[in-house]
Amino acid sequence: MDFAPSPDDDAFRAEIRATIDRLLPAEMKARRLADFDTAEADARAWIRILDDAGLAVPAWPVEHGGRPWSPLRKFIFAQELQHARAPAVDRIATEMVAPVLWTFGSQAQKAELLPRIRRGEDWWGQGFSEPGSGSDLASLRTRARREGDEYVVDGSKIWTTDGQYADWLIVLVRTDPNVKPQRGISMILIETSREGVSQRPIESIDGGWTLNQFFFDGVRVPVANLVGEEGRGWDYAKFLLTNERTTSAEAPHTRRDLEQLKRIARTAVARGRPLIEDPVFRAKIAQLEIDLTALEWSVLRVLHMEERDPRLGSVASVLKMRGNDLTQRVADLCVDALGDMGVAMHLDPDQPQVRADDRLWPPLAPQEAAGASARSIFRRAASIYGGSNEIQRGIVAKAILGL
Amino acid sequence: MNFEQTDDQTALADSLHRWMDAEHGFETAVVRAHSSADPGMLPVFAELGWLGAALSEAEGGFGGGAPEAAIVGEAVGRALVVEPWIPLAVQTPRTLLALAGEAARPRIEALVSGERRLVPAVTETAGRGAPDWVETRAERDGDGWRLTGTKSLVLGAPLADAFLVAARLEGAPGDRAGVALFETPAQTEGLSLHPYRLVDRRAVADLDLADVRLPAEALIGPAGGALEAIELGCDHARLALCAEILGAMDAALWMTRDYLRTREQFGRPIGDFQALQHRMAEMLVETELTRSMIFQGLAALGRPPDARAKGIAATKAHVARSGLFVGRQAIQLHGGMGMTEELKVGHLYRRIMANAGLLGDADLHVARYAEMMD
Repeated sequence: MDFAPSPDDDAFRAEIRATIDRLLPAEMKARRLADFDTAEADARAWIRILDDAGLAVPAWPVEHGGRPWSPLRKFIFAQELQHARAPAVDRIATEMVAPVLWTFGSQAQKAELLPRIRRGEDWWGQGFSEPGSGSDLASLRTRARREGDEYVVDGSKIWTTDGQYADWLIVLVRTDPNVKPQRGISMILIETSREGVSQRPIESIDGGWTLNQFFFDGVRVPVANLVGEEGRGWDYAKFLLTNERTTSAEAPHTRRDLEQLKRIARTAVARGRPLIEDPVFRAKIAQLEIDLTALEWSVLRVLHMEERDPRLGSVASVLKMRGNDLTQRVADLCVDALGDMGVAMHLDPDQPQVRADDRLWPPLAPQEAAGASARSIFRRAASIYGGSNEIQRGIVAKAILGL
Repeated sequence: MNFEQTDDQTALADSLHRWMDAEHGFETAVVRAHSSADPGMLPVFAELGWLGAALSEAEGGFGGGAPEAAIVGEAVGRALVVEPWIPLAVQTPRTLLALAGEAARPRIEALVSGERRLVPAVTETAGRGAPDWVETRAERDGDGWRLTGTKSLVLGAPLADAFLVAARLEGAPGDRAGVALFETPAQTEGLSLHPYRLVDRRAVADLDLADVRLPAEALIGPAGGALEAIELGCDHARLALCAEILGAMDAALWMTRDYLRTREQFGRPIGDFQALQHRMAEMLVETELTRSMIFQGLAALGRPPDARAKGIAATKAHVARSGLFVGRQAIQLHGGMGMTEELKVGHLYRRIMANAGLLGDADLHVARYAEMMD
């Protein structure tokens, strides 16, 4: 055990902070001060700026454009991106699709698709859940029939985040209905431009439009778009979801949200005093920061563990369950920090789908408070997506506790 | 940054677990808890080197430090050892080293060998576990000193041969300056012990000091600048208390898991019920977070005073809450049996409860953290 602070890592953080500061255009940063989703154009432009500096995907293997950094440095980089209020990039692509491609994809898929992700040229959507298959994912019914060198896909996928921007979908399909449900599933890559693919936006309770449903009506997809082997899609999906385990903790993002919470609490005035000086509210922030510290140290432990470490599953299980909880708590505290003004509706003025009759905005200060109420409402999803909290607890009870 | 144990640390952990399994089972723990104040296993601990395990060779120990204290603590908490190893092997040596450096060596060697039993008496009831609240007064008395006041919750007091008593030369309770530390032999006129037990039956005492006269050389370190060293000693002790909580909650977690697999109701093991499975998953999460916070605390102990205090406050606040949650749920899931003295689970809970409160409970440390937060 050695936890002596390394001056090298401190220097690394300072260098990364300066680099991001130099690269990040002021207008992009300004748009991130409010809590609305990053606009598609900013996400694509920002990853290209990072890629020009060799920083688009430091967590990837070096041969695909990653950096040979220690786990701690990759974590520091993720923290600094958040600290700088950099735009979010397409994380479905960089953190979920890409590891599947470089681990199981064909040479052609790797050579063609990975650089396009790194350059922000392709946006990816995830097509796993179906209207009838949520927590019970293995029951999925979207069908892919082999016809010569093509699959013909029929069915529907739901909850595709930012699917309206997607160029590609990574889709779980049933290729063999006659075997055990898990064994009949394959993973294929489908361009959204193919004939027979259609999409419908789903308005969510926060007034946002990030969710989508996709429909596949006799969509013909070349067999070359299959990932790995037919019938192994379930294994690849599990790999994808476990790969997500450190990022799903969202620790750097919650740290950024906590910084924002403190700024709101310094600006907000309660009976003539800055809210942050109120001992009750200050203790709430302190408790959250302590809990976030515990999460961050759990992430660091997982990042330092070998893939084969038998204790990995136990520590990793913490991340999503507690990570979800904290993303929700920090968002709710930002609303609380605004006092009674926290209940004012404040939707994204740049989002064209916001209803005309909702285009009214409260006089909120500071700028960072914009969108706090909508974000807090949308964060209810954090304990539902990627396997609900209840599913996570069930997995832990079975896989780790042996119940 | 490296989370892996060194070979020496693994060997220490293994030897502790082997000895606890063989020599300190639950029955022994119960007998020891009910025994009167005697040195108990302390001579054995000294012989096995555990009283010097958390000190480097330069400090008079056997090449260890705070990580070794955490390793010993986890084993001690799991086995419900009642001997006051934290004051003897962690808090006293850390305080002395910070205050007197090289001059502390003879005292530390005597502690490590088990020859002496010198324990800190630094907290008072009104401080609620924070050692900066010092009402006890020290005044010059000829060449020597005269102490008056009360120290509370002195762990291991009934078997101590002397105390490190914190007293104030000047200023008001809560002031940073003006605190000094005095070595006060147990057999000193004017010093009386009020012995009692913690909820897990460990022996403690309050010290009443009524015009206790001490010679000039009783003062350790500077006359008035001892608080920083006392706080450092407390922070090391807090980490060790948390490590004991981790050992106890980990034991309670897996004991409960085993119970859920074997206890049958409604014709099947109660571990089949989803409500109980989910509760167990939450207990596992809290246990892992506790381990993470022990690492965070170990990192904090190597930092400058402000960062150290803040990091340890975070650890103590978090571990106290997580420990109590796991302990309480472990009793709940054992049902009626969890309420009986014959099962270990209730004893583990009481150890967690005692350690959660010693040197400041979660509320105190959240408040301290809030004060130090940017």
